[in-house]
Amino acid sequence: MPERAQEILRSPGYWVTVWRRFLRDPVALLAALVVLGLILMAVFAPWIAPQDPFQGMSLQRLKPPGTEGYPLGTDELGRDMLSRLIHGARISLFMGIVPVLCALAIGAAIGVVAGYSGGWTNTLLMRTVDVFFAFPSVLLAVALAGALGPGLFNGLIALTLVFIPPIARVAESVTTGVRTRDYVEAAKASGAGALLIIRKHVLGNVLGPIFVYAMSLIAVSMILAAGLSFLGLGVKPPQPDWGLMLNTLRTAMYTQPLLCALPGVMIFITSIAFNLMTDGLRSAMDIKT
Amino acid sequence: MIFYASKRILFTLPIMLGVTIVCFALVHLAPGDPLVSVLPPDASQVIKEQMMALYGFDRPYHEQFLRWLWRALQGDIGTSIRTGRPVSTEISKAVGNTLMLAALATAIGFLLGTLFGFVAGYFRDTWVDKAASALSVFGVSVPHYWLGMVLVIIFAATLGWLPPTGAGPGGSEDWKWNWVHVQYLILPAVTMSVIPMGIIARTVRALVAEILSQEFVVGLRAKGLSELGVFGHVVKNAAPTALAVMGIQLGYLLGGSILIETVFAWPGTGLLLNDAIFQRDLPLLQGTILVLAMFFVVLNLVVDVMQTILDPRIQRA
Repeated sequence: MPERAQEILRSPGYWVTVWRRFLRDPVALLAALVVLGLILMAVFAPWIAPQDPFQGMSLQRLKPPGTEGYPLGTDELGRDMLSRLIHGARISLFMGIVPVLCALAIGAAIGVVAGYSGGWTNTLLMRTVDVFFAFPSVLLAVALAGALGPGLFNGLIALTLVFIPPIARVAESVTTGVRTRDYVEAAKASGAGALLIIRKHVLGNVLGPIFVYAMSLIAVSMILAAGLSFLGLGVKPPQPDWGLMLNTLRTAMYTQPLLCALPGVMIFITSIAFNLMTDGLRSAMDIKT
Repeated sequence: MIFYASKRILFTLPIMLGVTIVCFALVHLAPGDPLVSVLPPDASQVIKEQMMALYGFDRPYHEQFLRWLWRALQGDIGTSIRTGRPVSTEISKAVGNTLMLAALATAIGFLLGTLFGFVAGYFRDTWVDKAASALSVFGVSVPHYWLGMVLVIIFAATLGWLPPTGAGPGGSEDWKWNWVHVQYLILPAVTMSVIPMGIIARTVRALVAEILSQEFVVGLRAKGLSELGVFGHVVKNAAPTALAVMGIQLGYLLGGSILIETVFAWPGTGLLLNDAIFQRDLPLLQGTILVLAMFFVVLNLVVDVMQTILDPRIQRA
């Protein structure tokens, strides 16, 4: 076998290349480790947290960080801040990831169908998407959550609806780009049906960019969800949630400033980790956006 | 050009209709009785029905929608259930405050964002570039409502330099452009400016890097044009896109001001929206969202048309 052919045979696949490039990016790798740590913290919260996040001691209210027995202090009802922050990761990560996944499934389906079909189907689907795009995302989330009323599930619905239009738009434009490629034309000419072509030729080429785009929305979704909780439109007390904690601790802004900034620090760390990880993945996959 | 503009306006009309349908549907999505906030819980059935008829809630949906739309076209978007005043009056009081805040924030964000973006684009892969990228990651990652709280803690609670919340001694009624009032605007505007700053810095950096790598820049330098002259060309090429991004950002800030206005108790549309939600004042909620969304649609249209005028290279069919 000639050397060149051997080289081609031995060359690693696309995802292996992406993975290797990602590993060489120290910032992205660190961010990914932080994300992994946060996910583990959320999953094992009941075992890690030193105290019950719901149990308050009325004599120990608003203790500053560093108080004995309460390394990060206590909140306005005397509950251990550290334990509440650890448990808070559960709702925050859930509200960061799940709405984006739901929107990814629906939005990608809309976008791929619209992009592949073209014509009237495209016009009908994409103009409907445009209507939701006409609302700034914060306004749409607040409007939907405000109309539906507070609660975790309503927040989930509101955020999913917020993220369907942008994902559908990206999916549509990527699919439109792939549709006229030679290999799709060839498949059509050899008599392949639309479903088969979408499954075998379109999805493999469009899912990567759509997925990376969706990942960049996780931080947005988490910040928005925490914002809804901050307004009182998210989960209900006494549920430990970073956004809600920011809201209830606002009254202590003058007496315990450090304490009441803590939940926001967690939101910030999480969103920055997700953003840097996505940036790293995007450059590893060489997607220019 | 005029052809393109009129075509673009024509395409916006169905979107506007869609927006009105969504705003109308929002109220009917809401669980429970729309009159729950005005009627006492023990109101008799007769009174309930009278009130329903008064507000038109007893008619079929499509009829309610058409009546609402017809009135909205004439500038009447309903009456606030809580205050009894027209929704348009309530909004027009608030919208000026939000516009002032959002415009100032966009201006700060645009100035700093273009500055960082230009520096980063010119000195790519140096520490300046890395610092500017870090700043733009900060801008898009920070929960701005929390940043607002932190700024209040630092500059109002600890240092005592600026007032923490509100819009000055006269409240929203009596705004004047003097220090007594303007000092209330500084913290919310700075907080708000962080989002557009990050996005504009990122956009301008990419634009400048892309322009500098083009052949005409090499040509300009080869003919002996000074760096300042080259810079002028870069600005001219980057301006249309940067300004378009700025316009869109202004729209996002106008519509998304609720969190910052809540933190700073700034009497704008966001605070109005907050009141409307928690007092279950559905006509006010519906009207405010409608006005803000329409603003955003029109702003997008203007930005799009302006961009075509500023940048004739953009071919628009």
